[in-house]
Amino acid sequence: MARSTDMAESDAPVSTLKSGSRPKDAGLGTEHARVTGRTVTINRPRETLYAFWRDFANLPRFMENVADVAVLDPARSHWKVAAPGGGSVEWDAVIVADEPGRLIAWESAEGADIRHSGRIEFRDAPPGRGSEVSATIAYDPPGGALGALVAKLFQREPHIQARRDLRRFKQLMETGEISTAEPPEAAPRAA
Amino acid sequence: MRALTWHGKHDVRVETVPDPGIVNPRDAIVRITSTAICGSDLHLYDNVIPTLRAGDILGHEFMGEVVEVGRGNDRLKVGDRVVVPFVIACGKCFFCEHQQYSACDNSNPADKADMSEELYGYPMSGLFGYSHLTGGYAGGQAEYVRVPYADVGPIVVPDGLEDDKVLFLSDIFPTGWMAAENCAIEPGDTVAVWGCGPVGLFAVQSALLMGAHRVIAIDHYPRRLELARGLGAEVVNYEEADVHEALVEMTGGIGPDACIDAVGLESHGFALDNVYDHAKTTMMMATDRIHALRQVILACRKGGRVSVPGVYGGFADKFPVGALMEKGLSLRTGQTHVQKYLPQLLELIREGKVDTTFLISHRLPLEDAPNGYRMFKEQQNECTKVVLKPH
Ligand SMILES: NC(=O)c1ccc[n+]([C@@H]2O[C@H](COP(=O)([O-])OP(=O)(O)OC[C@H]3O[C@@H](n4cnc5c(N)ncnc54)[C@H](O)[C@@H]3O)[C@@H](O)[C@H]2O)c1
Ligand SMILES: [Zn+2]
Ligand SMILES: [Zn+2]
Repeated sequence: MARSTDMAESDAPVSTLKSGSRPKDAGLGTEHARVTGRTVTINRPRETLYAFWRDFANLPRFMENVADVAVLDPARSHWKVAAPGGGSVEWDAVIVADEPGRLIAWESAEGADIRHSGRIEFRDAPPGRGSEVSATIAYDPPGGALGALVAKLFQREPHIQARRDLRRFKQLMETGEISTAEPPEAAPRAA
Repeated sequence: MRALTWHGKHDVRVETVPDPGIVNPRDAIVRITSTAICGSDLHLYDNVIPTLRAGDILGHEFMGEVVEVGRGNDRLKVGDRVVVPFVIACGKCFFCEHQQYSACDNSNPADKADMSEELYGYPMSGLFGYSHLTGGYAGGQAEYVRVPYADVGPIVVPDGLEDDKVLFLSDIFPTGWMAAENCAIEPGDTVAVWGCGPVGLFAVQSALLMGAHRVIAIDHYPRRLELARGLGAEVVNYEEADVHEALVEMTGGIGPDACIDAVGLESHGFALDNVYDHAKTTMMMATDRIHALRQVILACRKGGRVSVPGVYGGFADKFPVGALMEKGLSLRTGQTHVQKYLPQLLELIREGKVDTTFLISHRLPLEDAPNGYRMFKEQQNECTKVVLKPH
């Protein structure tokens, strides 16, 4: 997570700040943006983790809500997210920052119905412990019916979705599998 | 297949359920030859551990023959005879690399891990047959079981050692062993053990093997106390004696150097604090009865060591935090890191240095499992350990 620079009193990540202490531009540059973040330690080199994530087609393997990501060109991808109650919501995303082995950030493309941005950062963990991986997801819920749908898409508590997705990413990277107690027909699709 | 399923307080049934199948590459399917009922299962039977669902298959102490192996498992082969640890561990995370297997970061499925993260601050590992807090994995009181990460947990045992001798490597022997190890025993030490159930009895044996000068075992069932005495312990019946006074007197006024709570959250005894706990848990103002643990902390000598293999799940009241701090006690506990101890303990069994079969009082077919639960719960004096035979 980016250390907040304008808050000298604390080294706490932005996503952990109480709402009153949160800088206004923490998300998509609007006051309504919801920001959620989560850090995990993954016992693998950050170059490996970066490479897996950088291929966005891999994301549905551990992101529960994301049905499909089609890579259109090195910067653009098309996301299809299963909507509650059937159907799906789709949008294009554009990579806005890319530092190999360190960071990937993306945003929904101009004109998308859903304003959404994500940022994943990779740092070395203390020696012998692999990497620390921080995800920050921000979205700006539009008003009306679509807003309600978006809120559902990201679940009532988006941070729960984020931490589950990151746990699955960690499982896949460390163990090669996604842990499940479900029988074969109901188990999540990792491969 | 046939399996023992949970349906509510004191309601377990043997039912026909779907056979398990390979899900992930490192899985194996084991055909169960022996499986035991554990004191931990009684907490489920009594419905004091939350998040069980009707139909869940119980059982975390089991062994058998490998009948199917996933394509990513190069450690096991069909036909291997294995004992399976009750802790599911990935072998690859920080915790597994440090042999803290019951803290494995990966084996509890992502959607289940939220609960223990909320309750304990961080998610705990998956366990077999032990509620959805620990992953909701189907247990081994069944004809077959799916074993995830089967290239890390199960230990292959030689054909020459019969099931009864090695079955308890799955849980209670390593649990008693780790309980004693957590006492950091030094020459001359007196170790006191609360609870002479299977865990306490293995703790008695382990403490003596690790060089304890004396072991004092505490319970109220004469038959269980007799088993402890047979292993070399002195015994105190808490219905006949004031445990604290007895321990002080038996140790020249110093107190035991190390104390083991092998009782857990359903501690019995008609003492004022326990009546109070009972009232509080009934009113849902606390979840765990810690009568034995309070006594352990009070009885332990100044600067001594407290080891807690007994299971607690939630919150407790009147925890003697002053005695813990003022006396400078050290406290070690946890679900057992079973995988860590298996090679060493199998060797002790092979060399005949421990008796692992003395506590088995009942051997029943799987179909009789509900009866086994009832006896293990209601006739604790005579019923010291039940082993079920699914095939
Ligand atoms: N840490 C682990 O990984 C692990 C593994 C297995 C079992 N356990 C736990 O260990 C505990 C013991 O398991 P078990 O299979 O031996 O159970 P058990 O129910 O057979 O034995 C418990 C014994 O404690 C005695 N007891 C109750 N109240 C007492 C008191 N106030 N003072 C002294 N003795 C008292 C009972 O009479 C009984 O004999 C349980 O809580 C179980 O869940 C922990
Ligand atoms: Zn057990
Ligand atoms: Zn692990």
